[in-house]
Amino acid sequence: MSAETGIGAAVKRREDLRFITGQGNYTDDLNVPGQAYGVFLRSPYARARINAVDAADALQVEGALAVFTGQDTAADGLGDLPCGWLVKSRDGSDMVSAPHPPLAVSQVNYVGEPYGLVVAESLAAARQAAERVDADFEELTPVVATARAAQASPIHQGLEDNLAYDWELGDEAATDAALSAAVHVTRLDLTNNRLIPNAIEPRAALATFDPTNGEYQLRTTSQNPHLERLVLSAFVQIAPEHKLRVVAPDVGGGFGSKIFVYAEETVVTWAAAKVGRPIKWTAQRSESFLADAHGRDHVTHAELGLDEAGRFTALKVSTTANLGAYLSTFGSSVPTYLYGTLLAGQYKTPNIHVRTHGVYTNTAPVDAYRGAGRPEATFVVERIIEAAARETGRDPAELRRLNMIAPEDFPYQTPVALVYDTGNYQASLDKALRLADYAGFGQRRAASQAAGKRRGIGFSCYIEACGLAPSQLAIQLGAGVGLYESGEIRVNPTGSVTVFTGSHSHGQGHETTFAQVVSDKLGVPFDDVEVVHGDTGRVEFGLGTYGSRSLAVGGSALICASDKIIAKGTRIAAHMMQAEPDSVAFEAGAFISGNQRLTLQEVAFAAYVPADYPPDLEPGLSEKAFYDPENFTYPAGAHIAEVEVDEATGVVQLANFVAVDDFGHVINPMIVDGQVHGGLAQGAGQALLEHGIYDADGQLTTGSYMDYCMPRADDVPDFTVDTTVTPCTHNPLGVKGCGEAGAIGSPAAIINAVTDALGTEDITMPATPEQVWRKLRGL
Amino acid sequence: MNLSLTVNGVEHSLDVPANTLLADLLRSQLRLTGTHVGCDTSQCGACTVHLDGRSVKACTVLAAQTQGRAVTTIEGIGSPDDLHPMQAAFRDCHALQCGFCTPAMILRAIELVESGSALDNRTVREGLEGNICRCTGYHNIVKAVLTAGEAMQEQAR
Ligand code: FES
Ligand code: FES
Repeated sequence: MSAETGIGAAVKRREDLRFITGQGNYTDDLNVPGQAYGVFLRSPYARARINAVDAADALQVEGALAVFTGQDTAADGLGDLPCGWLVKSRDGSDMVSAPHPPLAVSQVNYVGEPYGLVVAESLAAARQAAERVDADFEELTPVVATARAAQASPIHQGLEDNLAYDWELGDEAATDAALSAAVHVTRLDLTNNRLIPNAIEPRAALATFDPTNGEYQLRTTSQNPHLERLVLSAFVQIAPEHKLRVVAPDVGGGFGSKIFVYAEETVVTWAAAKVGRPIKWTAQRSESFLADAHGRDHVTHAELGLDEAGRFTALKVSTTANLGAYLSTFGSSVPTYLYGTLLAGQYKTPNIHVRTHGVYTNTAPVDAYRGAGRPEATFVVERIIEAAARETGRDPAELRRLNMIAPEDFPYQTPVALVYDTGNYQASLDKALRLADYAGFGQRRAASQAAGKRRGIGFSCYIEACGLAPSQLAIQLGAGVGLYESGEIRVNPTGSVTVFTGSHSHGQGHETTFAQVVSDKLGVPFDDVEVVHGDTGRVEFGLGTYGSRSLAVGGSALICASDKIIAKGTRIAAHMMQAEPDSVAFEAGAFISGNQRLTLQEVAFAAYVPADYPPDLEPGLSEKAFYDPENFTYPAGAHIAEVEVDEATGVVQLANFVAVDDFGHVINPMIVDGQVHGGLAQGAGQALLEHGIYDADGQLTTGSYMDYCMPRADDVPDFTVDTTVTPCTHNPLGVKGCGEAGAIGSPAAIINAVTDALGTEDITMPATPEQVWRKLRGL
Repeated sequence: MNLSLTVNGVEHSLDVPANTLLADLLRSQLRLTGTHVGCDTSQCGACTVHLDGRSVKACTVLAAQTQGRAVTTIEGIGSPDDLHPMQAAFRDCHALQCGFCTPAMILRAIELVESGSALDNRTVREGLEGNICRCTGYHNIVKAVLTAGEAMQEQAR
């Protein structure tokens, strides 16, 4: 295949042309005739009983069409929003799920929780009417703080406490024994700060209902429109699947926050039929802050045992994870199966035990945000190793190297359920040390000191489990569904190719990379391959994009479908050439037998307008495949951060960041580098700037860009990124996934650098100037 | 109220409510949806357009303030067949992912270059401070602005 467009080429993205010229089609850019506008009524209280909602006055506003409350949706039989992953407590009992109605019926449980929808002719009228709704609330005492939530009185009626589950993984007795036998034990208390995802496109929905055929269409900001349709049909029961089309057009970033099935698009779709008008809703940023699912929010105690030589003997971790007021779509799995299973990191720690208390609080639901569980696990492992190195006077890089799983140890069974298929962690570390000029750090530190600044260096050798997910394993672990991905390849009669994928691109560039893969595999020109995604009306099924799964699972499905195309084409070609199928080879877009040669295009034409055709073969040249991964993929890498701290102001400047990642084979290096850059900036945001804070009354005090500090261009440096390659052993492309690595590895590296600079482990994220300034003064 | 303004070189005479924001005028009335709205506190920069050649946040400008003035949006900067050097550089340098911040970034970056001040990594980063991108980590945006800056200065000579 062409070196310019095939696998491994830095092909410029075809989607860019519409974005750089302002021709993108994001949900809020779309309009349909007769559309009305929706505005949600949101709770001003963290916890309150709803006594009454009086809409009489609101309906007097000119242009007001309807006001719906939770009573209306409940009376109409609208189901609860489900959580798709059942976690069991250590005693074998099922997790406790608090009912989650799309609109609150009798009680609101976080500030911003929707309890009503106002529909009007114009957005201005809808806003005006919303202000005139008179809701009578009776305030109740909220539970806010993560660490104390389990003991507090229950926020949900009918539940005994605020514990959703008490989960564990690993051998506790063996871990305890190894810890008591350890020569040295490092203990660390850690907080993983609550983050608010903040894709720059706010969530939106545009729903229509056609009374002539009973069909609903929902255009929405989703990372997985098929899952949205499945849930809205099977659980919420808005409409049967064949009467509901969900389209996710251009989507302006997701980072996890657009995976979930939210109240807003659910209610807007339902209401479109009730009002008999299309309804558009677009979140204001303040709504995104309040009601997008948040991320992280863990409080953890960890203990690491070491032997005389510095080998890790045991790791014990106890975490309280704030799940928010309700279990969001995947909320239960994030601090358990996506977290506890990663605590082995890159190391041969023989004994590991983790216990997670998942707690309800009167805050927005918490779910997957870029990395989802794996940044939290990496933060625990990499922070405590750094602390152990300092306590025992060892070089942090060498302590890691001593404990790393070696290339010859694969496949490697960890004590926390996973089997790593392949890797070469030392190679990434070596490369990172070179690129970061570790040897020259002492000099740079001295130079900073001379300038009145403190310099620190920090490491993070992370691992992640991606490519969600091997279905059998996922279902054993509580997933509600298998996690296959589907793909379909249609070779059109004239030889051009249409690719249908269940993955969804909201910035990742699938329209380019998936075309590279298929054009490479089938030997057709890149420009002749079109990728279709994000529409349940055009793509049969899919589970969407999250967990760095698109290429590893969705891309693999396309390889399987391509193989079927080649197999069928071989039989057609053999017939046309009067050759045995076994004698026909497929090379560079052509079927070859002896000195006969037929292009894929010729074979496709024959397949659609068959005249002389194999009698036992269906005409047509379109194949689909569902791919179920055998195992997770395990991207891993070494990140090194260098920071400079201004003693006078406490400002931490990220001076240098090196990331060396092993993503297996790379399809488009330009896109992969971009994914890493973006993840690193989000990780730097978590480490230094971002913090979702609720006050004691449960009011979100960081509800806008004035108080939630987003990384801006001058907060981050140019990044040095590079890769090493050990191909994944169990998928046909040998790929592992690259979307989350930056956000997973970097927070620990940066905080390790800050603690190195300050000479104290006692720094919590984000390391704000105020906190650092105080630490510098021993306050 | 009655409003006359020029948008992307085309004169418009419109009847708009006095409290209409420029961002809404562009998106809802003129259907120029390349201008995006990403926040409600005037801080993300996704709505950046040019008003008489200077970049402004269209969510913070009343339509009424544009009376008799010239607005340029991303749609007036270049087309797929005839890209502005800044647009081309954004694509060449992979300076966009989801594309939501991109039109505004491009408009701000063009102004930055046209302002004539010396550009390097630091000044470009400072110059883009008012525009948030959640996807790219800014690395490639800075690269694109510096690349296009050279091309534009070359062109101007
Ligand atoms: S929309 Fe955010 S600054 Fe204008
Ligand atoms: S490219 Fe997505 S916000 Fe900038």
